[in-house]
Formats: sequence, structure tokens, C-alpha cells
Amino acid sequence: MNPTTTRDARLALLVGEIVAAHRSHRGALLPILHALQERMGYVPAEAIPLLADELNLSRADVHGVVTFYHDFRSEPAGRTTVKVCRAEACQSVGAGRLVAHLRDRHGVALGETTDDGSLTAEQVFCLGNCALGPAAQVNGRLHGRLDEARLSALLDAEAVR
Amino acid sequence: MTGPITDPVTVYVPRDSAATSVGADEVAEALMRAAEAAGQRINVVRNGSRGMLWLEPLVEVVTPLGRVGYGPVRPEDVDGLVAGGMLDGAEHPLRVGVVDELAWLTSQNRFTFTRVGITDPLSPEDYVAHGGLAGLRRALQMSPADVVSEVTDSGLRGRGGAGFPAGIKWKTVGACVDELKFVCCNADEGDSGTFADRMVMEGDPFMLIEGMTIAAHAVGASEGYIYIRSEYPAAVATMRTAIDIARGQGWLGDDVLGSGLRFDLHVRVGGGAYICGEETSMLESLEGKRGMVRAKPPIPAIQGLFGRPTVVNNVLTLTSVPKILADGAQAYQQLGVERSRGTQLFQLGGNIRHGGLVELAFGVTLGELVDGYGGGTRSGRPVRAVQVGGPLGAYVPTADFHLPMDYEAFAAAGAMLGHGGIVVFDDTVDMAAQARFAMEFCAAESCGKCTPCRVGSVRGVEVIDRITAGEHREENLALLEDLCDVMTEGSLCAMGGLTPMPVRSALTHFADDFTAREPNAQTTSAHRGAGTEGMR
Repeated sequence: MNPTTTRDARLALLVGEIVAAHRSHRGALLPILHALQERMGYVPAEAIPLLADELNLSRADVHGVVTFYHDFRSEPAGRTTVKVCRAEACQSVGAGRLVAHLRDRHGVALGETTDDGSLTAEQVFCLGNCALGPAAQVNGRLHGRLDEARLSALLDAEAVR
Repeated sequence: MTGPITDPVTVYVPRDSAATSVGADEVAEALMRAAEAAGQRINVVRNGSRGMLWLEPLVEVVTPLGRVGYGPVRPEDVDGLVAGGMLDGAEHPLRVGVVDELAWLTSQNRFTFTRVGITDPLSPEDYVAHGGLAGLRRALQMSPADVVSEVTDSGLRGRGGAGFPAGIKWKTVGACVDELKFVCCNADEGDSGTFADRMVMEGDPFMLIEGMTIAAHAVGASEGYIYIRSEYPAAVATMRTAIDIARGQGWLGDDVLGSGLRFDLHVRVGGGAYICGEETSMLESLEGKRGMVRAKPPIPAIQGLFGRPTVVNNVLTLTSVPKILADGAQAYQQLGVERSRGTQLFQLGGNIRHGGLVELAFGVTLGELVDGYGGGTRSGRPVRAVQVGGPLGAYVPTADFHLPMDYEAFAAAGAMLGHGGIVVFDDTVDMAAQARFAMEFCAAESCGKCTPCRVGSVRGVEVIDRITAGEHREENLALLEDLCDVMTEGSLCAMGGLTPMPVRSALTHFADDFTAREPNAQTTSAHRGAGTEGMR
């Protein structure tokens, strides 16, 4: 087998395994996509026909769901992902300064990944930490009362982990 | 170590996400190390948050006086605190006193948040010892119709924002004949400035399970779903663990508390789409589809999840139910004003000194919340605007601080109470930028089904940009008014229908901010773009 077929076969195996684990659940496409992204870090385009086939849906249906939700990525993220809250409560205490700092100091705008693949920056609208803003999630962990220095310290710490 | 070995001292360190976002986990670890080094045995309980979020991490030590609080505690403060006698409740600059005696808490009507911050959220023994299950046990002895009547008589209205009477919704579902009905909890708490759903799911998850089980009994449902946003990983984990524990205790399953009721619950995680907080969009998402809003009718109570009769209620609606059933409708109905009965969970956020959760009967004024409980801004500058009810709520000027917090009073003032979120801005805020953001947010989060919302929001951003650039100002202001009319009247759901509310309130109360800005001109007031620097 050439490397591509091996990769395809592995993906088919993984999709089959995840779908089987959710088979008894009603309307399970979202949990399945979450599980796939958790395992792979993203939802590859090649998974869409496989999912459609397994779930008896059209490719358009699956593609439509994958692209509707902000959470699902079509390609892998950087080694560290920072999600900065840009909703009103965090705006009122300087979320904009964190966004500017990411751009100026870390060279990454929201929605982008650095060229070296080290950092992905994203916006999020509310992390439920509205009394202790500005808030951000770094690799899934919530941080509050952030300022530019603390954000940089967190990102630098993740980079050497 | 030389210290005397005494009975373990119980120390509470919150596990709430707000507390852990500012170091509660590290504080708990430091406490265990420091206590061991001092030869003092301690028993660390990870409780929910009391809601005094500016004090987080708030460490509480059980003493003969009561639970003595210290906060906000940083990990590096711990050694000094322990050495200074914190484990005996000793004086210290961070000591706030006996927490249960603090006026900020004692002046509230903690009707539903009775256990949050007090108990171990995942201890079924704690839950029962603090009044848990009393409502469910009473409900199971009543007929479903009587449970619905009790909820109707309480005056409980949906806490998600729309304020629809809960009892009427339940009655509709109960009257439908179907072998399969659902209870769905909308925990897609996406409004900026709201965090009460998260706090209760992380701090008292069994209360939500109990409320949903009572709803299931009342309407004849056998399956329940809790739709939690993916931005709340800790709430997801806590709810899932609590459901497993509840099954083990016989609180869920084929024979709930030996009553013969069959009801089981599942957690589903959203996909980062704000629109899925709209109930029909949430149902689509639960069915595994794009979160596109459905046209109503049919209403979800009759044709909801997978076309079956479905109760859809917010977390705070469902968590009000156990206490209503335990104490009777009358106790709840006595609180509040006019047609807003009971308590509301007010959430103080944004630029505020004492942010957190305040549960009070409806009718408290906005000013009492912002200036009284909130203590004004965190920055120390004057308050300029307060956004009430999330990103689709109005910006209220301080001149309206006398407004009582009730659904109708706010509606009459062109604002909305919504989910009870209050976001404070100081005088550096640029209200034209906030109006623009409201449109930008709608453009980013619209499901795209209806044109006024999908296209109107994009045009809204453009027209506000033209106004602030000074291009044909009067004509563009008229165009913006017209656009707001179309969105309000023509949108399928509240997303497009209410986006004009923050925009119009900004225009009405802060018209000066919409004057043209010369790129090189000196700014004349403090509020020029500081708040949204770097956002464009």
C-alpha cells in the first residue's frame, strides 16, 4: 500500500470507530464531529464522505454542518491556541488591547496562525468570565484578569511545554 | 515537623471556572503544601463560587465562628497566610470576615442559589443535607397536572430572556399525546455579561437534574438533553459527572426515587455558534444539523425535538423549580413586583469593582445593582453606559438608573431585562464603536436564514462606518433608522430582531459619539476609541 492509502485506511478506521461509539445516540453528528476533532485536531475534508456514508446523510449535509459551527477546523491549529474574548464585558476592560498585543508582539491576528505553526489566535464571544475580564482561553484553559504581560507569559510558558 | 497534630481543618477553595481562571487550583495546591509543612492536617473541599467574584480565589476556613473568608488569595500569598494563622481564622489584610455574615450576601434573596458556593457540588450527601430532592419528592407525590399548576401559580417566567410563563409551556406539552416527549435545557449561555447558568452547573449540578426531572414528571417526558456551549468545558464535565452520580443514586433512570418515573438525561455540547441559544436553532443542533432557526409555528412545545412535544427551558428556569415545589408556589409568588414574580439572578460584569452574582427579587433598581452591589467601575472612572440583557440588549445611561429591574418596566423604557446580565462601561467607551460591534456581532453569528438579519447586519456595519466618517451624515442616519426598522420587523428570530436595540439606544442616548471623526483632528472628549482600540 502506498502512504496515501494507508492514511485513508486509518482515517476510515477512526471514523468507523467513532461512529460506532455514537450509534445509539439520537442526531449524533455533532458529538461525532467533536470526537473526531478531539482525536485529530481538525476535521479533514476526506472524513466528510466517510461520515456521510456511515450516517446515511449526503456529503452536502455533513459539509454544511462542519462549516456552520465555528468550533470545527478544516486544518490543524498551531501548537498553542489562544482564544481571546471579544464580547462586550471584556471590551469594557481592555480586550482590544490584548488583540493589538497579539498582533504587535506575537505577530498574529485573530483567525490566523503564525508561519512557524506555533500559535493560532482566535476570537470568541464570551467565555462566561465577565466579572474578571479580560479573559482568554489558552489551550482550552480559562484565564481571567489578563493584561498584555500576563498573556505573553502564558503563551511563552505554553511554547516551552 | 514540630506543629501539634490536630483534627483536620476544612478549607474551601472554589472549583468554579471564574475562580480557577485567576489561580484557584494553584492556591489549593499551595495550601496543601503549606499545611503539610506546618504539620496541620487539612481537608480541602472544592466548592462552587459564592458569587463575590472580585474576591476570587476566595478561600474559606471552617472555624468555631463560621466559615472565615480570605480573598483574593494568590498562590504566593498562601505561605504567609498559613504562617499567620489563617487555619485558625486569624486576622490578615486579606481576611474578609465570616462569609455568611457579609452584607453583600445577607441582603440578597438567595432563593435558588442556596447551595452554590456552600456545598461540594458533586456530593450527593451534601445535596440532600442542604435541602436537595425535597422538591422532586413532593412533585412525585402529586399528579402531573398539579405540578404544572404549582409552577403556573408561582408566576415563574422563562429566565432565558423572553420571559414566557413556564407553567403555560409545560401545560401545552403535557396536553400533547405522544409516547416520546423531551425536556431540553438551554444551557447555551452566549450573552456577554451572563454567567449564572455556568455557575449553577459547576456549583450545584444536581439542582438542574432535579428541576428537569420534575419537568419530565409534569409533562410526561422520558428523555432530557442539556445543551451546553463548548466554551464551558468545566460545566460540561461537572454536569456529566453529576448525571452519572445521579443515575447511581437512583435519581435518574428507569425508576426515579422508586416512583416508577422513567427519565434519563444526556449532555450535548454546542459548536461555538451563538445562534444556538435561540430555542429552535438549538433543537436543530441537537438533531445534528446546522443551527438554522425554524419558523414558528409550530411551537416546540407541540413539535420540538425530532418533531416531538418538547419543553425547552433555560437553566435558571429549571433550577427555580425544585425550590418552588419544595416550598410551594406562594413562597415564590410573594417575591417580586407586578408580573415579574420571584427572584432574578443578576450578573454584574464588565468594568465593575464588585462583579459577581446577585440574586434578588425583581424590582431592585439598576442603580442599586451597579452603584450599590457593584461599587461603580473597576477603573474608578465614572460610569457612562450599562448594557443590560446581553449583546442584543439596550445601552442604558446613568440617567435611567432609577429603572426597576422587571420585564415590563424595561420593555417600556425601550430596553430589555433578558437573562439578567449587566455590563458596565466607564467614560472612555466609544458608543458608536459599540453600536458598530452590535452589527458586526450579528453579521458574524447570524444563521443566515432570513435576509434582514444576514444582509442587514453587514449593511449596518457599513452605514455606521459612513456616519462616523462624516459621509452624508443625515442621509445615512435616516438609512440606519430604516435598516433598524426592517431588521426589527422582518427578522425571523430575536438575533436580527433585537440587534437594533443596542444600536438605537446608543444613538438615542449617546448621539454625540456618532459625529464625524477627522482622522488627524484632536479628540475633544475622553471617549474616543479607547475601548475598542485594535478591534477594527
